Amino acid sequence: MPELLQFLFSGVTVGAVYALVALGFTIIYNASDVVNFAQGEFVMLGGMLTFVCHAAGLPLPLAALIAIAATSAIGVLMNKLAIEPARGAPVVSLIIITIGASIFIRGGAQLLFGKQIHSFPAFSGDTPLRIGGATILPQSLWVIGGAVVVFIGLWLFFTRTLTGRAVLATSNNRLAAQLVGINTNFVMTLSFALSAGIGALAGVLVTPITLTSYDVGLALALKGFAAAMLGGMGNPKGALAGGIMLGLLESLTAGYLSSQYKDAAAFVVILLVLFFMPQGLFGQKSVDRV
Amino acid sequence: MRLSAKSATLLVLIALVALSPILFPSGYYYRVGALIFVNAIAVTGIVILTGYAGQISLGHAGFAGIGAYACALAPVHLGLHPSLALVLGAAISGVIAFLVGRPILRLKGYYLGVATLGLGILVSMVLNNERQLTGGPDGMEVPDLGLRGLLKDAGLDLTNGQFWYFFCGLALILGAWLALNLYNSPTGRALRALHGSEVAARTVGIDVAQLKLRAFVISAVYASVSGSLLALQNKFITPDVAGFMHSIEMVTMAVLGGVGSILGAIFGAAVLTLLPQVLTVFAEYEQLVLGLVMMLVMIFLPQGLLPSILRKVRGKGE
Repeated sequence: MPELLQFLFSGVTVGAVYALVALGFTIIYNASDVVNFAQGEFVMLGGMLTFVCHAAGLPLPLAALIAIAATSAIGVLMNKLAIEPARGAPVVSLIIITIGASIFIRGGAQLLFGKQIHSFPAFSGDTPLRIGGATILPQSLWVIGGAVVVFIGLWLFFTRTLTGRAVLATSNNRLAAQLVGINTNFVMTLSFALSAGIGALAGVLVTPITLTSYDVGLALALKGFAAAMLGGMGNPKGALAGGIMLGLLESLTAGYLSSQYKDAAAFVVILLVLFFMPQGLFGQKSVDRV
Repeated sequence: MRLSAKSATLLVLIALVALSPILFPSGYYYRVGALIFVNAIAVTGIVILTGYAGQISLGHAGFAGIGAYACALAPVHLGLHPSLALVLGAAISGVIAFLVGRPILRLKGYYLGVATLGLGILVSMVLNNERQLTGGPDGMEVPDLGLRGLLKDAGLDLTNGQFWYFFCGLALILGAWLALNLYNSPTGRALRALHGSEVAARTVGIDVAQLKLRAFVISAVYASVSGSLLALQNKFITPDVAGFMHSIEMVTMAVLGGVGSILGAIFGAAVLTLLPQVLTVFAEYEQLVLGLVMMLVMIFLPQGLLPSILRKVRGKGE
């Protein structure tokens, strides 16, 4: 029993990170129909920039804040320079653009920060807490708490604020949103800033546990993408559920079956889900007008 | 007399393969050329899947991995000749594509992307983890094809680089010829029709599911043959051949060059194969430049490099 609890703890922690990445995918997808494969690089930048600022002598909270703000700015730049000019391009071209952006950011990070592995101290110490015979790191609670706060914050933003509703309106029908006076370009900018900021936050929270280096982004982007598709692309609830499920699947497979094939289990389940529910778990059936 | 587009493409290709060596300053360039041809074969498959039929795959390197490891494993464990191992790999890839393709190809756009991505990752994971069979991430040796020795006995003495250059060049010409024939066949026309509009294609009686599956299987076989040729040429193979980045490389080569035409896609394969060779001087900036090139071409030349260049040239001529 403590064993199972232990796997659940680690699964939920990893799952919370996937969920944050998947939420980032969802926000940009809703605003622009683009799946941003550079989402994982935002996580890398969050951890990496925090490390750089912290190593330069800044206190950790300030370092984290600067990292998140800087990553948001990079997200906005990416939108302005690479996504907006290619508006209306086919899916394959957009995939190549965002993967190009991710390779570009990764290459830049390698030049600036080197190939070493970096980290910074955990927020509330490294003494594991004991719950029901299993242990959990205080930092894991930060990660899980972070995901919950971001999810609730987004939910409030999208349902309770005018700006949030403008984003939803844009994702439903871009032209109609423009016609009622919504500045859709601003919505795009906001979405990229928000999404990059959330990615960076995930990086800040998880780096004390998993450490970071210039090349951690790709794997996270693939997992986050998979989690978002599992839940149903474009649905924040789906992103959260998909992320947690993916994390749990991985840790349970690693614990009970084979640690080598933990990623395989995740992708087998995704293939099976898509076979039977082509729109993901929470996705709505889309109807195309011909 | 006007040449048909098909004969023109083939003539250009044959001329390129046959005449390029005149310009080669050293034997090293045969090796680079052979690498371009190997990549171009996989990319020709992507043209059939993405350019003709409009479907996306982010996992085709998985099939290249199957082809490559078939050539490494079958001669040792089954006693097959490496050339038959290539055929076996292609057959396995085709069968897997057929079995998995039917449920996967119902998906559209990004959903198809993630499903094919999963497929590719599963293959690369098996190659990485089954150490006692594949040697894991360290890779394994691949037996010699033996054809160069036969040619030597027959009086044609080629260096290793020259042999693989012309062998892969011939394979590419054959592959391009088949793909061009497909383009003008009823199947090819139906594929292009469903690319334009699946609903419209269905209403005129095209079996959409069946045709997509056919394109998927054919392109998987191309990827598999390309993987086999890479393995046989290098005499060594690692699971990287099946990795996600290799899948992306294939799609990028095709789209960068111009996924609508075989020649454009081959041009893309040449550019992206040469780029790292040119950039070895600035090894540190390689990724930076590669990412930049991918973004810039897609933003400013969305039709791909070759079609855009051709339009420029023609525009000036008139």
